Amino acid sequence: METAKNRSFSDMGVMLGRSIRHVFRSMDTIITVCITPIAMMLLFVYVFGGAIDTGTDNYVNYLLPGILLIAIASGISYTAYRLFLDKQRGIIERFHTMPIARSAVLWGHVLTSLVSNALSVFIIILVALLMGFRSSAGILSWLAVAGILMLFTLALTWIAAIAGLSAKSVEGASAFSYPLIFLPFISSAFVPTESMPLVVRVFAENQPVTPIVSAIRALLASQPVSNNIWIALAWCLGILIVAYIFAIRAYKRTSSA
Amino acid sequence: MEKAIEVKGLRKSFKDVEVLKGVDFEVTRGEIFALLGSNGAGKSTIVKILCTLLKPDGGTAVVNGNDVASRPGHVRQSISLTGQFAAVDEILTGRENLIMIAKLRHLKNPHQVADDMLKRFGLTEAAHRKPSTYSGGMRRKLDIALSLVGNPQIIFLDEPTTGLDPEARIEVWKIVKALADNGTTILMTTQYLEEAEQLADRIAILHEGRIIANGTLAELKTLLPQAKVEYVEKQPTLEEIFLAIVGNKEAI
Repeated sequence: METAKNRSFSDMGVMLGRSIRHVFRSMDTIITVCITPIAMMLLFVYVFGGAIDTGTDNYVNYLLPGILLIAIASGISYTAYRLFLDKQRGIIERFHTMPIARSAVLWGHVLTSLVSNALSVFIIILVALLMGFRSSAGILSWLAVAGILMLFTLALTWIAAIAGLSAKSVEGASAFSYPLIFLPFISSAFVPTESMPLVVRVFAENQPVTPIVSAIRALLASQPVSNNIWIALAWCLGILIVAYIFAIRAYKRTSSA
Repeated sequence: MEKAIEVKGLRKSFKDVEVLKGVDFEVTRGEIFALLGSNGAGKSTIVKILCTLLKPDGGTAVVNGNDVASRPGHVRQSISLTGQFAAVDEILTGRENLIMIAKLRHLKNPHQVADDMLKRFGLTEAAHRKPSTYSGGMRRKLDIALSLVGNPQIIFLDEPTTGLDPEARIEVWKIVKALADNGTTILMTTQYLEEAEQLADRIAILHEGRIIANGTLAELKTLLPQAKVEYVEKQPTLEEIFLAIVGNKEAI
C-alpha cells in the first residue's frame, strides 16, 4: 500500500514536470497573461486614477489586489487549453492505459497552474513596485496573501478543468474565463462600491471578488482584516469543492466515453 | 496461459446505437491477430474495452488472465495501446517523451531506455527535436516506440498505418513483424485488406457488431469457391511503381 502511494506521488511528479516544461517552453503564455493586467494597471493608475476617489492616497495600493485576481482569472484559461489538447490528442488515453494513478494526469495540470500563476503574480507585483506600490505588511501578512491567492487559483483552476475536459473546441475551452475576468470590474477592485447604483452595489458587495480584494488590501496595508478574510476563504473553499466535484465527474467521463 | 485475450459475448451501445452485438474471439499468445472491418464497424470500441478505457455493457473480456471490468489495474500492467492518432507530447522532444513514459513505468534507467529505443527506431538524430517537426512516419514510429517502453506483453495497434505514406507503412509492418518474432502478442485493427494479409497470423472480420469470419488467411480463402485458373497479364500496382521510382532501398 505504501509503495502504491509513493508511486502515485512519483507519477504526479512526472506529470508536473511535463506540464511545467510546457509552461516554460511557451513563455509567451506567461507574458500574455501578464500583459493585460499590467496594461490595465497603467491605464487605471495614470489615466483614470486621478478621477477616482478611493479615500487612499496611493491608488496602486488600492488597485493591485484586483489586478492580481484578473491575472489569475486569465491565467487559468491555459490550464483548460492544455487539458483540452491532452484529451483531444489522445495522450490522456495513453496515460489511462498505463499502470499509473489516473488522478496523476489531472493533478499535474492543477499544480502547474499554481506554479505558472504564482510566476505571473510575482511579475505583476514587481511592475506595481515600479509604479509606486508600497506595503508595510510583515512576513505573516504576505504569507496570508499568498495563501488566499493560492486558494483562489486552485478554485478557478478546477473550474478551468471542467471547461477543458468538457469543451468541444479550443475556443470553448478558454471562453469560460471571460466572465471570470469581468467579475472584478463589478466589485470594489477598482472603485469603492458606495458610488454604484443600488442593484449593482448589492451584487458587487456580495460576490466573491469584493471580500477577497478587501482582505488582501487590508493585509497589505497592515490593517485589521475584519471578517472579510473569512468570507473570502469561505467563497474560495466553496467554489473549490463544487468545481472539484464537477471536474472529477467530467474527468471520469473522458476516460469512459 | 495459452490465451492472451479471450472475448465472449461482448456488447456495447452508445446511447441507442448498438455498436457491438455479442463479439467472440480469442487471441493466442505470441500471434498477430487482425481485426478487419470498415469504418464504424466497432473495431476501436473493442480495442478501447480491452485497454480498459471503456466498460462493456455485457459479456466478458479477459486480457492476460485478468478481467478488464473487475481487474483493470492488472490488465494495464501487461498492455500498451497505440491509438489511431499518434498520442505523443508535442512540446517535449522525442527523447523526453520516451523518458517520461519510462519514468511512468518505473523503469530503472529511463535515459538509457530512451536512448536504446531511439536507436532501435532510427530516431537518434531526431531525438532532441519536437515531434511537430517529424514526418508522419517518424511520428508513428515514436508513437509505437512509446508503447514499447517497458516491454509490455500485449500490444494494441489501432489502425497503425492509416494516413501514412507507402514507405512509412512498410516500415511499420517491419516493426510489427519484428515484435511478433520476439514473442509479443499483437492485436491490430485495420481497414486495409492487404495489411491484414501481410501481417496477421489470424484475421477476424467484424461486420455490423459481430465477428462474421475468423481464421488464418488460408482458412478464410476456403470460404470462397475454388479459385479458377485464369491467365491475366500482371500489371504493376501504382504502389509498386511509386516505390520503384522513389527508390525504396534504404527503407527495405
